[in-house]
Amino acid sequence: MGTEAVIIQILLNGFMLGVQYALIAVGFTLFFGVLDIINFSHGDVFMLGAFVGLTLINLFTKLGWMGGGIYPLTLFMIFFFCMLITGFLGILFERFAVKPVSESPPLMSLLATLGLAIAIREAVRLFYPMGSESKRFPELLAPIFAGTSKAFEIKGVLLRYDTLLIFGIGVAVIIVVSLYINKTMIGLGIRAVAQDSEAAMMMGVNRDMVVDVTFFIGSALAGLTGILNGLFYNTVIFDMGAMAAVIGFSAAVIGGLGNIYGAIIGGFVFALTQAFSAAFIPRGSEYMDVVAFGVLIIFLVFKPSGILGEKMHERV
Amino acid sequence: MPRLPRTITAALTALVLIAAMGLFSAALAKETVKVSFIGPLTGKHAKMGLSCKNAFQLAVDQWNASGKNKYEYEVVALDDECVPAKGVQAATKACSDPDIVASASHYCSMVAITTTEVFHRFGLSSTVWGAVLPAITYGNEYKEICRVNGTQVEQNKFNAELVVDKLGFNKFCIIHDTTDYGRGHLEYFEAELKARNAEILGVYGVSMEQKDFSTILSKIKSLNPEVVYFGGLTPTGVLIKSQMDKLGIPAQFLGTSGIKADDFNSALARHAEGVICMLDGAPIENLEGGPEFAAAYAKAFDTPLEAYAPFAYSAGNVIMKAVEKVGPDRAKLVDAIDKTDTYDIIGHIHFNEYGQNDTPLVTAYVSQDGKWVPWEDSEYASGKRMLPGLALKKGVEWQNPYTP
Repeated sequence: MGTEAVIIQILLNGFMLGVQYALIAVGFTLFFGVLDIINFSHGDVFMLGAFVGLTLINLFTKLGWMGGGIYPLTLFMIFFFCMLITGFLGILFERFAVKPVSESPPLMSLLATLGLAIAIREAVRLFYPMGSESKRFPELLAPIFAGTSKAFEIKGVLLRYDTLLIFGIGVAVIIVVSLYINKTMIGLGIRAVAQDSEAAMMMGVNRDMVVDVTFFIGSALAGLTGILNGLFYNTVIFDMGAMAAVIGFSAAVIGGLGNIYGAIIGGFVFALTQAFSAAFIPRGSEYMDVVAFGVLIIFLVFKPSGILGEKMHERV
Repeated sequence: MPRLPRTITAALTALVLIAAMGLFSAALAKETVKVSFIGPLTGKHAKMGLSCKNAFQLAVDQWNASGKNKYEYEVVALDDECVPAKGVQAATKACSDPDIVASASHYCSMVAITTTEVFHRFGLSSTVWGAVLPAITYGNEYKEICRVNGTQVEQNKFNAELVVDKLGFNKFCIIHDTTDYGRGHLEYFEAELKARNAEILGVYGVSMEQKDFSTILSKIKSLNPEVVYFGGLTPTGVLIKSQMDKLGIPAQFLGTSGIKADDFNSALARHAEGVICMLDGAPIENLEGGPEFAAAYAKAFDTPLEAYAPFAYSAGNVIMKAVEKVGPDRAKLVDAIDKTDTYDIIGHIHFNEYGQNDTPLVTAYVSQDGKWVPWEDSEYASGKRMLPGLALKKGVEWQNPYTP
C-alpha cells in the first residue's frame, strides 16, 4: 500500500465520517434556526437511534423476518420505524424540555438540553439489558452482497460494498432533506420561522407545527445516523452520543449555524481535518482532536458566522 | 398511696426486663467496623466494578458469618466512575469518615494513581485490587498503598515472552490510549520488544472518547505489521478490532488485561476469534479455593463474575485479617496490611517494600468461539487452530474457525 493509496484511503475514511457528522450537524442547525437554541441532547438522540435500531433488529429476528424474500422489506422497516420512533421522541423531548425554556436566557436552554442528554444516556445504560457494555450491531447489509466478493480494490485501497451503500444512504438522505426544506411548503415554513419567527406567524405560518416538524426531521435524521453508525462500526455503546454532540455542534458552527449547506460542509471539514491531522502530523492520532477543535476556535475568532453563515450569532 | 393494678405492674416489669436484655445483648454485640470499596459502579466499566464490589461484599459476609470474627464488618461502597476527579472525591469521602478503617480501591489506573496522595495524606490504608499501572506502588514510598494484583511490568514481560519468544512474531504496531494506563502499557511493552530486537513499525496514541480509528488503521495497513498491540480498555479495543477487520488488516490483534472482559467477545462475536490478551492471576477453576468462591458468588449474586473479582475478594480478606490481628485502628492497620504475607484464592500474597504483591501470576488467554480460553488449554496452543497472525506470517489466508 503506497502513499497514494494511503491518502485515498484516508480521504475515503474522512468522507465516511463526514457524512455522519454532517447528518448530526444538520439537526443542530435546524433546531438553532427555528428556536434559536443549541440542543445538546441531539447527540444522545443519535445514540438512541442506534439502540432503537438494535431493538428492532432483535424483535424482527425473533419474528423470523431477518431472512428470505422478506429481508429487503425488513431492512426498510428497521430504517423507517427507527426514524419514526426517534422523530416522535424528538417532538416529545422538544415539548417537555426544549420549548418551555426556549424563551429563557440561552444558558437555561443549554442546561436543560444538557440535562436531557445525560438523562437519555443514563436511561439507556440503566434500562437497556446490560446497557453499560459495548453492543454488537449486526452487519445488516452483508446479506445483500452475499455471493459477491463483498469488496473490491482500487490501487491497493479496499472498498467494501456495504460501506459504499452506507455512504450512499447518507448522501441520499442529505439531498432529500435539503430538497424538502427548499422545495416544499413545510420547508418554506421552516425557513420562514428561521428567518423571522414573528413575521412568519403574521403571514399565517403555524409556528408550533413548524417547530414540531423540525424536531421530527432533525431527530429522525439523528436516529438514521445512529443506525448508519452501527452498520459502519458494528458496535454501539450508550455513551457514543456525547462526543457526537460536541462534534456535530462544532461542524454546524464551522459551516455557519443556521445554514443547512453550511452544516454539511462543516461536517466534512471537521472529519477531513481529523483524518489528515491523524495521518500526517507526527503522533497525530493523539492530537487530531486538538487540531480539529483548534480549527473551530480559529473560526470562532476570525469568522464566527462560519463558512456559509450570514449573520453574527450570539456565541454559547 | 394508691397501688398500681397488678397487670400494669407485670407489664412494666416485663418492659424493664426487655430493655435490660436489649442493653445486655448490645454490650455483647461485636463492634462494627466499616471498610470501604471504591471502584467504577456506574459508567462504562460498571460491569467490572459491580462484580468486584460483590466479590468484596462476599468476603465481608463470609467473615461476618464465620463466627471467628472479633468484629462485625460493614461495606461502604463508593463509585469512582473510572474518572480521576470522581475517584479523588470518593477517596476523600472514605478518608473523612472516621469509622472507615481501610479501603480496597480502584480498577482504573488513572484513578488509582491520582488517589495515592489522598490516602497517604489521611493515613488510610488502600489495597488496590485492579489497577495495573506500576507507578501506583513503585512510584512512591507510601505505606498506605498496597496492591494484590500484578502490574503492567509483569504483564508485558509475559506478553512479549509469548508472542516474540514462543510464537516468533517480529513486526509490531502499537496502539495505546493516551491515559496513564495506556502510556504505561506502551512503555513496558516497548521496552520488552526492544530488549528482544523486535521491530516496532509505528506507535499511535488514541483518546478514550475516539470512535473512529480508520485513519491510523489505514496507515498501519500500509506498514503491514504481523501484530497490532493494543494497550487500552474494552470499549476502545472493540472498535479498533472491528475497524481493523473492515479495512482488511490481517495482523494478529494482541491486547492486555484491559480487554479481558466478556463483552469484548459478545460485542465482536466472530471478529474476536484469535485475539490474545493477558490477565493477572489464573482461571478461577485453577485457583486454590476458586471453584468454592465462584459457587458462593453465584449463589449470592446475579451479576456475572468478572476478571478482577478474585482480587477484590482477596483484598477484602487481606484487610479483614489485619483488622482481626491489630484491631480497627487506622495507623496500626497501615503497618499490618503493609506487612501482609498470606495465602488467599489468588495464591501467595506478599507485599514488597513498595507494597506490591511480588508473587503475581499472569495467564495468557485467547478468544476461541466467543470465550476467553487460557492459552495452554486452547486449540490454538495445541495446533488444531491457527492464529490469524501466524497465517499471515506463513502467507496463507486465514479461515476464521469461529463457531458460536
